[in-house]
Amino acid sequence: MSDGAAPDPDIVVKQVLAAHAGEEGALLEILIAVQEALGYVPPASLPTIAHALNLSRADVHGVVTFYHELRTTPPGRHVVKLCRAEACQAAGADALAAEALGPDVTVEPVYCLGCCATGPAALVDGELVAPATLARLTQKIGSDGSQGGGSRGDQNRIVVGQNQSDLPNSHLPVNPSVSVFVPRDAAARARGADAVAAAIAAEAARRGRAVRVVRNGSRGMLWLEPLVEVETARGRVAYGPVAPGDVARLVDGGLFDGQGGLGPTDELSYLARQERVTFARVGLIDPLDLAAYAAHGGWAGLRAALERAPAAIVDEVTRSGLRGRGGAAFPTGIKWRTTLDTAAPQKYVVCNADEGDSGTFSDRLLMEGDPFTLLEGMAIAGLAVGATRGFIYLRSEYPDAYRTLGAAIDAARAAGFLGRDVLGSGRAFDVTLRRGAGSYVCGEETALLESLEGKRGEVRYRPPVPAERGLFGRPTALNNVVTLASVPAILARGADWYRDLGVGRSRGTLAFQLAGNVARGGLVEKAFGLTLRNLIDEYGGGTRSGRPVKAVQVGGPLGAYLTAAELDVALDYEALAAIGGTLGHGGVVVFDDTVDMAKMARYAMEFCSLESCGKCTPCRIGSTRGVEVIDRLVRGERPEVQLPLLRDLCDTMTHASLCAMGGMTPNPVLSAVDKFPEDFRLRS
Amino acid sequence: MDSVKQQDLGTPAPRNATTQVSITVDGVTVRVPAGSSVMRAAAAAGVRVPKLCATETLSSFGSCRLCLVEIEGRRGFPASCTTLVADGMKVTTQSPRLAQLRRGVMELYISDHPLDCLTCPANGNCELQEMAGVVGLREVRYGYSGENHLDSKKDQSNPYFTFDPTKCIVCSRCVRACAETQGTFALTVGGRGFGSVITPGGGTFLHSECVSCGACVQACPTATLMENGVVDKGQPDHAVQTTCAYCGVGCTFRAEMKGTEVVRMVPTKEGGANRGHSCVKGRFAWGYATHPDRVTSPMIRRSTKEPWQKVSWEVALNHAASELRRIQATYGRGAIGGITSSRCTNEETYLVQKLVRAVFGNNNVDTCARVCHSPTGYGLKTTLGESAGTQDFDSVEQADVVVVIGANPTDGHPVFASRMKRRLREGARLIVIDPRSIDLVRQPHVAAAHHLQLRPGTNVAVANALAHVIVTEGLVKEDFVRARCEAESFAAWRAFVADPRHAPEATEALTGVPAAELRAAARLYATARNAAIYYGLGVTEHSQGSTMVIAIANLAMATGNIGRPGVGVNPLRGQNNVQGSCDMGSFPHELPGYRHVSDPTVRALFEAAWGVHLEPEPGLRIPNMFDAALDNNSGAFGGATSSFKGIYIQGEDIAQSDPDLKHVTAALDAMECVIVQDIFLNETAKLAHVFLPGASFLEKDGTFTNAERRIGRVRRVMPPLAGMADWEVTVALANAMGYPMHYDHPSQIMDEIARLTPTFRGVSYQKLDRLGSIQWPCNDAAPTGTPVMHVQEFVRGKGHFGLTEYIPTEERTGPRFPLLLTTGRVLTQYNVGAQTRRTANVAWHHEDVLELHPHDAEARGVREGDWVRLQSRTGETALRAHVTERVQPGVVYTTFHHPASGTNVVTTDSSDWATNCPEYKVTAVQVHRAADAAAAGHPFEHGPEDEHGFDAPKLIRMANQIAAYFASDPDRRAAVEGVTNHLARFWDPRMRRQLVAAVERGAAAAGSGEEGELEPLVREAVTLGRDRLIPPAHA
Repeated sequence: MSDGAAPDPDIVVKQVLAAHAGEEGALLEILIAVQEALGYVPPASLPTIAHALNLSRADVHGVVTFYHELRTTPPGRHVVKLCRAEACQAAGADALAAEALGPDVTVEPVYCLGCCATGPAALVDGELVAPATLARLTQKIGSDGSQGGGSRGDQNRIVVGQNQSDLPNSHLPVNPSVSVFVPRDAAARARGADAVAAAIAAEAARRGRAVRVVRNGSRGMLWLEPLVEVETARGRVAYGPVAPGDVARLVDGGLFDGQGGLGPTDELSYLARQERVTFARVGLIDPLDLAAYAAHGGWAGLRAALERAPAAIVDEVTRSGLRGRGGAAFPTGIKWRTTLDTAAPQKYVVCNADEGDSGTFSDRLLMEGDPFTLLEGMAIAGLAVGATRGFIYLRSEYPDAYRTLGAAIDAARAAGFLGRDVLGSGRAFDVTLRRGAGSYVCGEETALLESLEGKRGEVRYRPPVPAERGLFGRPTALNNVVTLASVPAILARGADWYRDLGVGRSRGTLAFQLAGNVARGGLVEKAFGLTLRNLIDEYGGGTRSGRPVKAVQVGGPLGAYLTAAELDVALDYEALAAIGGTLGHGGVVVFDDTVDMAKMARYAMEFCSLESCGKCTPCRIGSTRGVEVIDRLVRGERPEVQLPLLRDLCDTMTHASLCAMGGMTPNPVLSAVDKFPEDFRLRS
Repeated sequence: MDSVKQQDLGTPAPRNATTQVSITVDGVTVRVPAGSSVMRAAAAAGVRVPKLCATETLSSFGSCRLCLVEIEGRRGFPASCTTLVADGMKVTTQSPRLAQLRRGVMELYISDHPLDCLTCPANGNCELQEMAGVVGLREVRYGYSGENHLDSKKDQSNPYFTFDPTKCIVCSRCVRACAETQGTFALTVGGRGFGSVITPGGGTFLHSECVSCGACVQACPTATLMENGVVDKGQPDHAVQTTCAYCGVGCTFRAEMKGTEVVRMVPTKEGGANRGHSCVKGRFAWGYATHPDRVTSPMIRRSTKEPWQKVSWEVALNHAASELRRIQATYGRGAIGGITSSRCTNEETYLVQKLVRAVFGNNNVDTCARVCHSPTGYGLKTTLGESAGTQDFDSVEQADVVVVIGANPTDGHPVFASRMKRRLREGARLIVIDPRSIDLVRQPHVAAAHHLQLRPGTNVAVANALAHVIVTEGLVKEDFVRARCEAESFAAWRAFVADPRHAPEATEALTGVPAAELRAAARLYATARNAAIYYGLGVTEHSQGSTMVIAIANLAMATGNIGRPGVGVNPLRGQNNVQGSCDMGSFPHELPGYRHVSDPTVRALFEAAWGVHLEPEPGLRIPNMFDAALDNNSGAFGGATSSFKGIYIQGEDIAQSDPDLKHVTAALDAMECVIVQDIFLNETAKLAHVFLPGASFLEKDGTFTNAERRIGRVRRVMPPLAGMADWEVTVALANAMGYPMHYDHPSQIMDEIARLTPTFRGVSYQKLDRLGSIQWPCNDAAPTGTPVMHVQEFVRGKGHFGLTEYIPTEERTGPRFPLLLTTGRVLTQYNVGAQTRRTANVAWHHEDVLELHPHDAEARGVREGDWVRLQSRTGETALRAHVTERVQPGVVYTTFHHPASGTNVVTTDSSDWATNCPEYKVTAVQVHRAADAAAAGHPFEHGPEDEHGFDAPKLIRMANQIAAYFASDPDRRAAVEGVTNHLARFWDPRMRRQLVAAVERGAAAAGSGEEGELEPLVREAVTLGRDRLIPPAHA
């Protein structure tokens, strides 16, 4: 979209409204679409939108002002969103934030782009840059500037169903003889995967080699991205990280014949030692290739589910021991049982794809690398609980996932895996993809439901739980991406097989994510029970800086900080809880000894104040006061008053907050105070 | 929040609770309905749990976190407002741990709150202040230098309340009240986190969607949203419960006072009609009561050309009495009459009709219901047997389908509209039958399933089409009809509506309602579990107003939608006491309790009680009074000049509210004594000879009866400004005319009413004080009143189906007047605006405007805001244009709140065949663009014009209308009898005599044309019924 012909806001709004006519709860999606087209949501359009949706103007105003991403004034020519979350801070994001990027550049903070292993991350006019350096950002702005008005349209300009023409995709000569895999994963693209793919195709053409470039998902070895693989008789051979400029040299070295490189991918120790269950296909196949999906065992779970009564599916999932992978670890089978047993004319399956925890990206890797698995899991959930409609609530910070999921839904529907007659069974299940607009708290399930209904993302009280009264007041099976994506394998291979993995009450596998100051950041799917030290040292290879580990935050921004002395804790839900930690969504952010833990404690409160929905008092006011108290503490102002006050505040937040956001923010704060008192000058 | 404190149980009572559970709170075991919150159960156990965001009028929210409790066997500290009771639950509400947490929360609140309690308007009446005390907050260790909202700006745009965000605790009670209670959704939280602020959508309150109902102010626990009355005057010290004097909803309010000064009016939760809600008029627009325009001294003048002279009450009353007696002596006993007011109390109206009947010695009494809901009285009496709506307002909570016909509740009956909208948001379906897109058709969170946007004047055709679908598609509730209704009249009706000419496809072209839409609406109505019809003046104010009421009752009976909660036929009555004024015998043909004056038993009862002889023949209706005043033809029957010369008008401004104003003012001008009793020198008073200052509702004791037959007490909160309440003035006038009336208090008047009226037999002030309010009938069979009528059987026994042939109004468009004008109201103004124009409500509506469709505007070169001239065959006026698609092409719309607009100069004398209710809703007009106000012409000047009284063509036209209704009866003799009977029961004898004369003259001089086109049925009725129509003169 060029600046030359600015679109008429009235026409844009009318078109967007028409495109969403009759959709329940579509306000947020409509506002996002308007902003994509215009760069902002013109205040003058709010009455029109309100009227069309049978809402009050105040309703719409409340929603527009709730979400970080929505703006009511035009942005500069370029919009740069810099990640401010912990993992990127650990990787030096602060220094970047201080830089001036130019007069015509709107810089906005963003909290996690899912590129935590290769941070700091930034979005420049919707394009991911990670790691972001001043030079790379300036170059990106400059290159987009030549096209003019790159800022308009924000990141998610491509609508669902549109093909992926902007990606240099599968190059298909007449007689393919060699398959080369270049990931289409956002983290890989942020480090030049598209250019690498193009260079490989060009090099092949130049040399007259018949080469098929497959854009697969990421293997999860993010420090190696772009990780190029070549199909050979002895399996795939890995090369990485590959820069576009490396391609000619690699081809000279026999790339197309699998010579040189890192050796067979499957034998790379990082990968070889994993237990890939949920992520079995991620990185292996083109995520939108239905044939490849089926060839790698796809739809087996759904077919198995179609053979069973709903209660039998629920029983199978219950017996598997699967617990919610989003963080709360609630047994999935019990949740589904409640939804199944609550009578209602309409039920829903909702997928929580608002992967907001900094340091986590497993949902993103799965959605970008193997989206059909998620859709299959949702369809099984629908059969299990009696829901005919599913929604995916995807965070807007994942533009690549949005495109991939959109295309996957269209493809699955076209192939009869979704729709009125799933696999010819006569049973209906379809999926609608919706986006958030920049709100961490919308990852909390009740806030997510409010947001999905097109409202302010304010937390609901519980009970009633969503399983009884969820989306639009109807019984709703609400699960995280990895939870749902784990279901097809359970149905296909049986509950017993799954529950044989893991320890204690933590059954199956968890996709751990290594991020922050770590040498080999990436995804590690393992059965529960390995130690944190094992994960950081043997997979992560220690800190990237080479300096000693000082602190590790496990389980996202609401997780406690652990010390170097606590690294032998086993990674399962109960063991972590026993030392005051949380496993959460499996994110592990490593900090070396240069980290200032007072700063991190302050950041935890600040993050809470930035992301609090504002409904309950302890979180709404407490988080702001928390920042102020820590500031006074750090400045040395009457620590004998401030420290007890901070503890009292944390007590109030922990026990009186409405949801986990306010309730768990004290975890990182108090763990930092208690375990690293010197950083608060408390021992000086 | 309330000043004079009332208990707040924290959360609403559970709905439809069927079982009770036991729960122990702090050691006290109580049984409460299942579904109750722990907080509410605690209140039942006498335990008050601290709270801020919870209030019993709103759903639980769970945000303030003060009400945390400990529950045995549960982890953590559940909020008692959102946690539901379970049998055997053991709750602790006070412990050191809970105290610590509550203090921690309160410390956070106060860290962002100004420390100006002593100068705060809520001082002494602030929930935050109270809770800070309750939790024992002693220190705010955060200090006050942190981030805060203390520099936020006040919003004083609303004339009645101030929004001070510095005091706000973001509990969202206001936002929720606006949504849940009022249903407007004008408020929201803007921003998030610490930056969360309450906002009317980003702008100011006045320019937002806010309708100023006061629900947010009522809900606010602090001084954030506060009535300016309290800001200016301080907290009230006592309260008096009374009933609102605006619309027919009849909200119960507490007048919160300092001494005799009202500080604010607050809706009461106990109010049966309003359940704690209010609208901008009742809540705020009461300042007119002490407006400088109030006239507080009686005045007289010899002629309307002379200036008024202030005189004592004694002089004024003696003058009035002697004038009335003089006129009677000169022109006959029937030459004077009276008009009772629907604004006044039951007791006052009762006294005025008693004055007319017992002292004036005639039945020339009428009331403003004549011009609004008289067809309701006629139609419902005919079909169901009682002249009143069938339900209470609570009933709407059980309706599954709501049909709104010719009513605009969000403007006209806002508090009921809010209750209706709540039900609609819960899932009830809505059918709107209205020529205009009223707000209910589509507004935030409410949308009609069907809007039958008919052409004005085609109501009956639409109702017949609905009936046709019900009958021909087998949707009749046969069991109900068989058990409850007349077999014969139902069979006739079924055959009648089944005729293909009533099919929606056949009437589509006429009504403008697409047949498919109409069929869908009919099916929705007929197949609902509970379907309720609510209707207003868009039904009654037509030439077929009574026919339409009958048609509505037919629909309800045929579908079995009557006799239980959730259903019924519900007239939304206009004024506060229009139901009561009708009940009290204000009509010229009926004594109190709707008993015809011709009934000798009833007459004897009153004659004995009052010690007088009563006229057995009906008197003049209001429009007939005007005709009689201008009638110079009565010489043929003994009078030398017109037969009506004097009138006593209590609390009605007929020179603004009644149609064809030139006719009205000419009639008043022709009278020799016009006595106006009012709180202001209104338009009618400009043509009066005696002015008696009235008292506002704040100044008197009595009762009002609302649209659901609910009798509510009106209590005096301040002494009458002129020294006398209205009932005292009527008593004094009677005494001055030589008929002693002795009452020391209105309760004695009610006792007399109860003695003489079966439906009021059990009503007394003592009982009203005990029960709060009573819905009549209240008697031995129903000692606490009757919320829903016709439960076992209809009041008349079997339900009667009337045949409702559609007969187009004579008011038709043509080349000269191609548009149809229809009229209505707006939310912020009331009726003729006498009260609301003297309040700050003019901030929302300061002039009447003419709505016209863009097509019609385009064709006339009219743009938004232009001055236009509005012309009908009766008159013309000037208004500003508002171009809008709310009206359909060919239809224009305006209101009559401002005398300057002279809307009723344009409306005609066309009226309902049965009751003469004017056809306000259909006037053929033309609209021209004018360069400016001057070019548009001065709207309207009073002045006599050459006017006709009863002339033969007019009487014949009226008689023909009556005949047209009865002509549907296949039995010719019954039809003739129907016409004769109607004339005898409803027409004043002098009108009947003139009609008979005209018919006979016409018969003698056949073809002379004098009689116009006389319907043969009228000729037959007059000929065969001559003896009944011309009663023998009595001494």
